[in-house]
Amino acid sequence: MAQFGFVGRRRPPRDDLPPGQYDVGADWPVLTAEVTPRIDPQRWTMTVDGLVEHPQTWSWDDLHALPETEYRGPIHCVTTWSKFDTRFAGVSVDLLLDAAAPTAEATHVLATSTTGYTTNLPLEHVRGGQAWVVWSFDGQPLTRDHGGPVRLLVPHLYFWKSAKWVTKLTLLDHDQHGFWERNGYHDLGDPWREQRYQGD
Amino acid sequence: MLAPTAGPWRSATVREVAHPHPNGVVLRLEVPERVDHLPGQHYAVRLTAEDGYTATRSYSLASAPSDPLVELYVEELPEGEVSPYLTQAIRPGDQLEVRGPIGGWFVWDANGTALGLAGGSGVVPLVSMLRHAADVGRPELLRLAVAARTLDRLPYADELTAAGALVALSREDGPAGRTAGRLLAAELAPLLDDAATCFVCGSAPFAAGASDLLVGLGVDVSRVRVERFGASG
Repeated sequence: MAQFGFVGRRRPPRDDLPPGQYDVGADWPVLTAEVTPRIDPQRWTMTVDGLVEHPQTWSWDDLHALPETEYRGPIHCVTTWSKFDTRFAGVSVDLLLDAAAPTAEATHVLATSTTGYTTNLPLEHVRGGQAWVVWSFDGQPLTRDHGGPVRLLVPHLYFWKSAKWVTKLTLLDHDQHGFWERNGYHDLGDPWREQRYQGD
Repeated sequence: MLAPTAGPWRSATVREVAHPHPNGVVLRLEVPERVDHLPGQHYAVRLTAEDGYTATRSYSLASAPSDPLVELYVEELPEGEVSPYLTQAIRPGDQLEVRGPIGGWFVWDANGTALGLAGGSGVVPLVSMLRHAADVGRPELLRLAVAARTLDRLPYADELTAAGALVALSREDGPAGRTAGRLLAAELAPLLDDAATCFVCGSAPFAAGASDLLVGLGVDVSRVRVERFGASG
């Protein structure tokens, strides 16, 4: 159904823009459902537990002692903006999972934030260089509004999966709804398949 | 409380168009096979160009669930892609693609006491809550505090004032004789009372400031639900 006279404010078409998304350019909108927490990095910890051989907890300094890796590329928000050429730095989730050693039964991950926010992900979507725990953006410490001091980054899925202020990954043998998934959003959230809401 | 979820895209008919503010429009839509929303939820609106290009944005609902039409308030963002079309080009009788209701967190079903705290066009979901509270005969459950620079930047100002909302204007004196200035903790404290849930809606800076006010007044963060919008229109 075309809207008479609507042209849109288009940027040059690009192959890496998923359906229904637009390029937000230099902006980075903030969407958060909770009060933005103030987290002291020295009191923050990162835990991997659940169906693992060796439950592990890392301090801020422990995590920074691991090899730092970078993600360069786009991020996609379910509210239809995509941001290109982002640069995040942190540690690969692969390293954390390797240390904790998920059992053969583990199929899913529930990420939990210091605020109590949760989001669910299939295990296969956070392995193989697809997910990071990050603390910097464009070479600067991640700001509080964007999840600082530390957030999950799973850039091939809609950005609500990249839990701000992440503190725990729990390995499960089933899919368990997180915060937005309980509230009508999709379990996987693949932007290329436009999986915005339950049933998409 | 499980909120209703978005169904497929539907072709709504625009029944009423009003321009209460130079930069805003009230659109009242007839939505076929509509799923009733809960106050606080929003709809996605999709515009399609002649060549198939689409742009989608989300807008809060101002109507109560009992309203036979769905009411959206759209504020025009100067550099926006969708909002200028909605505020300037839409006429009664037009068709508009919509999907909703969306969002299951920032919702209130008159199921407990609440304080709504909003800035500018962030008042829209609170208007839905206000109308719903009146519908179900429980207006006393909801207290409102709303902020804007000036009265003409505050959508639904008359309705909110009539309902007894605290109206805090930062750049001019307010309707109840309030002196111009930012919303203060001392003004908010009496409204807090025993509000089970606080709903904060507005721009990212407003939401941050309002959240800080509430936390400063001793409100536990678990009682605060926030809806922020950025310049993405």
